[in-house]
Amino acid sequence: MAKYIIKRVIAAILTLLVLVTIVFFLVRLMPGEPFTNPKLTPDVAANLRKYYGFDKPLIVQYFQYMGNLLRGDFGYSMHYTNKTVNYIIGQTFPFSADLGIRALCLAISFGLILGILAARKRGTKIDFFCVMVAIIGTSMPDFIIGACLQYFFGIKWGLFPVAKYQGFQYTVLPACALSFYTLAHVSRIMRASMLEVTSQDYIKTARSKGLSEVRITAKHQIRNAIMPVMTILGPTVAAVLTGTFVIEAIFAIPGMGKYYVESVSNNDYSMTLGMTVFYGIFLVFCNLIVDILYGIADPRVRIGKR
Amino acid sequence: MQEPILSLKNIVYSFKTYGGTVKAVRDVSFDVRPGEILGIVGESGCGKSVTAQCIMRLNPEPPGFFEGGEILYKGKDVLKMNKKELRDFRAKEIGFVFQDPMTSLNPTMRVGAQIEEVFLGHTDVSKQEVKEKTLEILKLVGISDAEKRYRQYPHELSGGMKQRVMIAIALVSRPSVIICDEPTTSLDVTIEAQILELLLELREKLGTSIIMITHDLGVIAKICDRVVVMYGGKIMERGTADEIYYETAHPYTRGLMDSIARLDTAKDQELKPIDGTPPDLFSPPAGCPFAARCENCMAICNELPPEEYRFSEEHSTACWLQHEMAPDTPFRRPLMKGKEKD
Repeated sequence: MAKYIIKRVIAAILTLLVLVTIVFFLVRLMPGEPFTNPKLTPDVAANLRKYYGFDKPLIVQYFQYMGNLLRGDFGYSMHYTNKTVNYIIGQTFPFSADLGIRALCLAISFGLILGILAARKRGTKIDFFCVMVAIIGTSMPDFIIGACLQYFFGIKWGLFPVAKYQGFQYTVLPACALSFYTLAHVSRIMRASMLEVTSQDYIKTARSKGLSEVRITAKHQIRNAIMPVMTILGPTVAAVLTGTFVIEAIFAIPGMGKYYVESVSNNDYSMTLGMTVFYGIFLVFCNLIVDILYGIADPRVRIGKR
Repeated sequence: MQEPILSLKNIVYSFKTYGGTVKAVRDVSFDVRPGEILGIVGESGCGKSVTAQCIMRLNPEPPGFFEGGEILYKGKDVLKMNKKELRDFRAKEIGFVFQDPMTSLNPTMRVGAQIEEVFLGHTDVSKQEVKEKTLEILKLVGISDAEKRYRQYPHELSGGMKQRVMIAIALVSRPSVIICDEPTTSLDVTIEAQILELLLELREKLGTSIIMITHDLGVIAKICDRVVVMYGGKIMERGTADEIYYETAHPYTRGLMDSIARLDTAKDQELKPIDGTPPDLFSPPAGCPFAARCENCMAICNELPPEEYRFSEEHSTACWLQHEMAPDTPFRRPLMKGKEKD
């Protein structure tokens, strides 16, 4: 197991290296440059360029950046010139992660419940309801869901605050809005997977043992059906935790999403790179966790036992 | 004759599908006596598996449903049992061994736990006793180092070993009947012989009745006491294994026998398959289901279902060739006096 994890970590580092290299050169290819504010005089702009090392050859800049990266330093933002990227991530990530964890808990628990219910009650009204939720969730953009939640729960019925992030009741609406897509996705996959498992021979064996339907579902179906859900969970967790631009924007949450998207239009090279690497590390880590969980859920994929 | 432990009476079982109603089992009756091995033989799709699963009501319902009949187990009708009684019946009184041991065990549960589950409904046994019983049954079905296997997962076992575990699951609560649905079809021949040997041995030790579903007359010859030959959802012929082999009275039974290779089949002698395919059970034929493929088919065979003719206490067949006005064929047998018809 330890050997396997070490292998995976090395592969992950290589992946990240390739990622950083590609993104480093790609951001330079974007039209424009960081210091285009009309208020800047040419002298000042030139000074700034020198300060950030743009006067050196690109390859030198690359190795300098990689060197800094190894020390965990993402450098100064080129837009918010007095803040480091590390500082901005440190300030915004907790909000994104907090919201993301709430949304994930909602999405996974309700997604699984809906999926299981739908499969158990296949062809009934409950199934129809669950399928409807799944279709709406996967096809409706999150800003519409967010706006609807704000309108009904915030303005019309006044149950929850519409925006800002200052306490539990502030988190309810954005977490719901953010969870909806994942919830729908999880429930859809769980339902399909459950139905597939239901027709397996070992379910018939379980029935022939005189087990109750509840026991069969709990002990025989769910554990075998959960694999495909785990597969999508790796990338989903990374994406949801590192912030989403739209949801954070409409609920005025000071998360990472805004900075990531803005950094691209501002040509804020260090910010784009820093956030991408941060996201990349997160994604690789989540996938590693999923792979380990696989082994726990299914003994057939347990690695390196002998 | 012993009192039967299980008897099926005029079972009619169908499946509702989008294409119409499939009449899978049409008026099937037979008895299972204590300690005997009863073979049910027939081609694929002739209703033998459905019949077997009917007994424990394992067919998916819906789309499956009983159109009529009763299944009496020790005098109690299985079809009238409520959920709790049915679960108890499955857990304690009857076991089922499925065709494919590769897919019949839950891949994510340890072997021991899968066997012990059978005792969930039993309140009168302690955990320790359950484990003892499980280890005991594992040894009984010929699994060496039971302690180790108890903790393993199905994928760590070979095919033959898995089928032994399936038999252990069926037998652990010491039921009076186990149903084996082609238990050796997906195993290779040497393992098949071992498993059949095991079933005979278990019957000897535990006195369990076995219903053996198979399409292989060789399996029947090896272990069965009595045989029921099924075709198109109906029973064609029944009798002791000897009667079926040496006094074959139905052309279909003969056809099954001619289509398998035997030691005494001469080198240049070709096997004789039965031409054609089993009848369409969406709209089964009005007469004998085998009429379309029968070399001895007569006009009446297509019009009326044959009566049952009885030759001995056990042996009977449903075939018009036994009628007094039918032409003489090698199938003709002397009828039993006073009980020509049922």
